Amino acid sequence: MEHALSMKGISKSFGEKNVLKKIDLEVKSGEIFGLIGPSGAGKTTIIKILTGQLKADSGTSVIGGIDSLSLKPEDYGGFGIMMDNFGLYDRLNCCDNLKIFADIYGLNKNTVHQALSAVGLTGNEKTAAAKLSKGMKSRLRLARALITDPDILFLDEPTSGLDPASAEDIRQMLLNEKKRGKTIFLTTHNMSEAEKLCDSIALLLDGGIAEYGSPTEICRRYDHKKTICIHMKNGTDKILPHSPKSAEAIAYLLSKDLIETIHTSEPTLETVFMELTGKELAS
Amino acid sequence: MKNISAIFIKQIKDTLKNKTTLIQFIMFPILAVIMENSVKIENMPEHFFSKLFAVMFVGMAPLTCMSSIISEEKEKGTLRVLMMSNVSPLEYLAGVGAYVWTVCMAGSVVFGVLGNYDAKEFILFMAVMAAGVLLSVMIGAIIGILCKNQMAATSAAIPVMMIFSFMPMLSMFNKTISKAAEFFYTQQLNKIINSIGNKDIEPIGIVIAAVNFIAAVIVFVMSYKRNGLE
Repeated sequence: MEHALSMKGISKSFGEKNVLKKIDLEVKSGEIFGLIGPSGAGKTTIIKILTGQLKADSGTSVIGGIDSLSLKPEDYGGFGIMMDNFGLYDRLNCCDNLKIFADIYGLNKNTVHQALSAVGLTGNEKTAAAKLSKGMKSRLRLARALITDPDILFLDEPTSGLDPASAEDIRQMLLNEKKRGKTIFLTTHNMSEAEKLCDSIALLLDGGIAEYGSPTEICRRYDHKKTICIHMKNGTDKILPHSPKSAEAIAYLLSKDLIETIHTSEPTLETVFMELTGKELAS
Repeated sequence: MKNISAIFIKQIKDTLKNKTTLIQFIMFPILAVIMENSVKIENMPEHFFSKLFAVMFVGMAPLTCMSSIISEEKEKGTLRVLMMSNVSPLEYLAGVGAYVWTVCMAGSVVFGVLGNYDAKEFILFMAVMAAGVLLSVMIGAIIGILCKNQMAATSAAIPVMMIFSFMPMLSMFNKTISKAAEFFYTQQLNKIINSIGNKDIEPIGIVIAAVNFIAAVIVFVMSYKRNGLE
């Protein structure tokens, strides 16, 4: 499978702070790639470099076979970008917010309605963007990113600040887009979202890629963090590491009929993150 | 052309729902209509208010609207979206500039009608207004380019607008201000407009206005090259 996006040796500093240190990344066509890491780790900076909004100090980044710094205005139709700081025209209604871009790309009016329908905003065509809820604004931003039916989507924390139902809706839309063959590059600091959505992820820490691969592969590398949770009949809980010694202890407790339930806990991306940094991600 | 037209249409839709911008466009034409029809003072020059307000309109509306539109788009991040959507900075400036110029020219028709010019004089009046509005649009674009947000743009636009808009009026009351005002295009427009139908236009006025125009183009190009649109 060819690469839709790639970065090689990308470094970027802001003043004294080295935000990115020789980052190498490759995103395959048709996959959902998640860039995860704590706030301020440089996730948005990577999107900006990939999309040519920001020049790296060193290294190369390529999007759809074109060097990010050589992107021409007409190339931008090939990918959709949804970033938190990409505003909407508050006074204009949903339809008009998209129609500007339909006019720019020479698309017909049906495209606007199709894009609104794809994100579940049918019926809100005449609602001013200012009157939409945060979740609906996110959907409208997503509709704007989708209007050219791009091959590559960049989404910067698409579910940040949304209620669980709205966030789930957005995730479902992204999975639908993946089914249609889109390559999706998303940033998030929500580990469970990354596990649910992404085919592969990169964990960004201290300006470098700390882990890279599929969520399952990464978690498997931290198998030593697997635990056994035992709920005792007296109401207490015990958490044991996955080891032969624990097996002996469990056998003993079973023989005494002291165990109510027993289950194993697999390492999650959250566990991996905690192992790597010693702290939890901000939710 | 397609992109310029998309920006132009977007701006029309937006302004119809934006009272603060809309008022800039209609305030002076409405004031001129009211004052022309209600205030009659002995020895007052003919069509005094329509001519005075026409010059104030040129110095105020295009300048403040242009800077306000650009800075609002910067602040809200919509400009960045446009820049990443096949729209070049110059297309954006042309689209917004064409819109502001067109709406201001529509307002200028009101002053032209109030001025009671004959056909030839009316065309000359509109030509003078067109040049003045274009120059103010360019100054507004410079402010929009240099300022990062609406607050900064308003702070910068008000003193500039006061100078260009009010100096022709204040020069009637103070000789020093009158001498200083001679260097500004709005004062020269004031003189040219007052000459229409009465006397020959002084060539020096056209020269001063042209120098103002060239200076604005130079500052615009320098600001754009240094700062870009964003």
